[in-house]
Amino acid sequence: MSSLVISGGRVIDPANSLDAIADVLILDGKIAAVTRRDAGFAPLDVPHGIPVIEATGRIVCPGFIDPHVSLREPGFEEDECTATGTAAALAGGFTTIAAQSDTYPVVDHRAAAEFIRLQADRARNCRVYPLGAVTKESKGEELAEIGQLVQGGAVGFSDAKRPVANAEVMRRALEYTRMFNRPILHFAMVPELSDGGVMHEGFEATRLGFRGIPAAAQDIMTGRDIALAELTGGRIHLMCVTTMDSVERIRKAKSLGISVTADVTPHHLLLTDEVMRSFETMYKCNPPLRSQEHVDALIAGLQDGTLSAISSDHQPLALEKKQVDMDTAPFGICGIETLLPVCIRALIEPGHLTWLQLIARLTTGPAAILSVNHGTLSVGQPADVTVIDPAKTWTVRAHEFYSRSRNTPFEGAKFTGKVVTTIVDGEIRFQNNRQPIPD
Amino acid sequence: MLLSEIPVSGPWGERHLLGLEHLSADQLKTVLDLAKYYDTITNGGSQRLDVLKGLVVANLFFENSTRTRTSFSLAARRLGADTVDFTASSSSLSKGETFIDTAQTIEAMGVDLVVCRHRTPGSPHLLARNLKAGVLNAGDGTHEHPTQGLLDIYTILKQRGQIAGLTVALVGDIRHSRVARSNIHGLKALGARVIVCGPATLIPSDITRLGVEVAYNLDEILPEVDCVNLLRVQFERQRGAFFPSISEYAHLFGMNGDRIRRARKNLLVLAPGPINRGVELTPEVADGPNSLILNQVTNGLLIRMACLTLLAQERRHDQEAN
Repeated sequence: MSSLVISGGRVIDPANSLDAIADVLILDGKIAAVTRRDAGFAPLDVPHGIPVIEATGRIVCPGFIDPHVSLREPGFEEDECTATGTAAALAGGFTTIAAQSDTYPVVDHRAAAEFIRLQADRARNCRVYPLGAVTKESKGEELAEIGQLVQGGAVGFSDAKRPVANAEVMRRALEYTRMFNRPILHFAMVPELSDGGVMHEGFEATRLGFRGIPAAAQDIMTGRDIALAELTGGRIHLMCVTTMDSVERIRKAKSLGISVTADVTPHHLLLTDEVMRSFETMYKCNPPLRSQEHVDALIAGLQDGTLSAISSDHQPLALEKKQVDMDTAPFGICGIETLLPVCIRALIEPGHLTWLQLIARLTTGPAAILSVNHGTLSVGQPADVTVIDPAKTWTVRAHEFYSRSRNTPFEGAKFTGKVVTTIVDGEIRFQNNRQPIPD
Repeated sequence: MLLSEIPVSGPWGERHLLGLEHLSADQLKTVLDLAKYYDTITNGGSQRLDVLKGLVVANLFFENSTRTRTSFSLAARRLGADTVDFTASSSSLSKGETFIDTAQTIEAMGVDLVVCRHRTPGSPHLLARNLKAGVLNAGDGTHEHPTQGLLDIYTILKQRGQIAGLTVALVGDIRHSRVARSNIHGLKALGARVIVCGPATLIPSDITRLGVEVAYNLDEILPEVDCVNLLRVQFERQRGAFFPSISEYAHLFGMNGDRIRRARKNLLVLAPGPINRGVELTPEVADGPNSLILNQVTNGLLIRMACLTLLAQERRHDQEAN
């Protein structure tokens, strides 16, 4: 079994409120000790013969957890497959992901969930937990076989980007999933208001002539979902919150003790709808990039914990699907490999979040949403560890992605901060020593 | 007459004409002056020139249009260019990459200028990024229609001698109108006061940030305006009903004889066409003395000749530089 010492890094472990220079000892794939180097702490007694990772100047933290990643297999292997998507996750510092149900066929039955786990085992990259569909074929009409999906390993339920528009169906789903204490990860959007839209409804859409998706389309559904969570006692998790009013509604609901959680994506924190002036389809995502006032509200929501997780909302898409006009191009950003540097740019560099807060939104926050026992460096836990070089500057080159797809709006962008090592079960599964790949 | 001998009165410097939003007042005047020059030397566009001899202009129309396509073809031929027409039915556009592929194929045949119409905003911009040829936007969805904006402005200019200080009302479906956007940008740059007027469902609330005023009552603003531009109701671009009935629309926003009599005596009436008689305007107005609808068509030819010339000159400069 795997044993390692990660020596002299800045260890940030939000679950234990730790942010200090320390050594991490991994024995047989589990965290054996985290020993601070400050005065007054006894130095780590390193057993002989264990390999050492020198981490001075680096950040050592629990492996990241992404609550919803689209792996596209089976059915859309032109975009991604489990092996490439999980390799991309490791390169992004993620040791655990929940796989979206939006495959073909949809993960609305036990065998489909088992297949995702089987492919993840074969790939042997990061941990993968399936999300089951809320409704059959994600049509929003009849409940999927939720109990059997739980037996197949589903940690939560989601119809991915298809909102459960019928309030009665959502009510039943929240009641039914309560039985298994599993959350529903909902894409809160009123379809009648969003259909046909390609970008945020506002001045930029008006001048560019694009059909807009109003903020109210998300706000109204967020309000409905909160009311239903209160009514049923079920657990609702709102994916990809992008609006000021939604943040405020969630903040209030949490203060009232309603079981609601929410996440946000890095691109909604760094970009605004002004980028659509370029008519570049790589910016087309759902929900759309909003205006600055919304971005400010999202950051405030992250600061006070209203938004407890950051998700890449990884949506890999084969390049030819994006090389079309804006109305035809599908929504989505291939984001898991650029999540950390984009968060550093949007949150750490301007001083909006501390490192401890950022790491919490990537570890303890999503772990609580999915009720998975990861995201800490507590002694005895499986050793899932991410090592970051916070000073490394680099340029995004999509052709170097581990993902099969290249649909990033950050091509050519220069960032600071990169994942250098990702460890799962004490095993080094990713090491950033790849030479640049020529264009 | 050679391309290089055509007098250009002011700055241009654009390889493509994608919209009026980013053009300066001086650049707009350059186009308008050149249109006026062509008006004079070709007797309203009726006489042939050979300034674009040897150049190939491709009409790439991914959305149905007879009027604009014909106008561009005629303008190119009046200047001695060769033209090729490519039309694609909207249905074949579901596979959008054929759009770039088709354009590149046509360019490989030696096309110098591409005139493009597409149902999606930004499509000509996408073409411009992928082609060496100059790209002329002939309407991209509900975004811009620069030559229509220019020809409307030229029509007003020809009647009144200047744009600054005039009040122009754009009436009707502002939300779905590329003509409205191009008119707003051009008219504002040249110093006009612009009022947009129509049903509240068809006027985006933040349009005021483009520097226009919003009105919902046509009768109230009519005494103040020098020109009304009656935008066509875009039935094909609307999802569902934006107003209760056509007769209610005509009742509130249609230009009819009564309204003409209550307006300023020499009110200019423009309509980009094709017009829906009895909806945006009655036949009495369309065929009446205030109507400039047919002048617009003639002026469209001159404006397109001017735009093709300016882009051809840039193209020539590019080729000589390489």
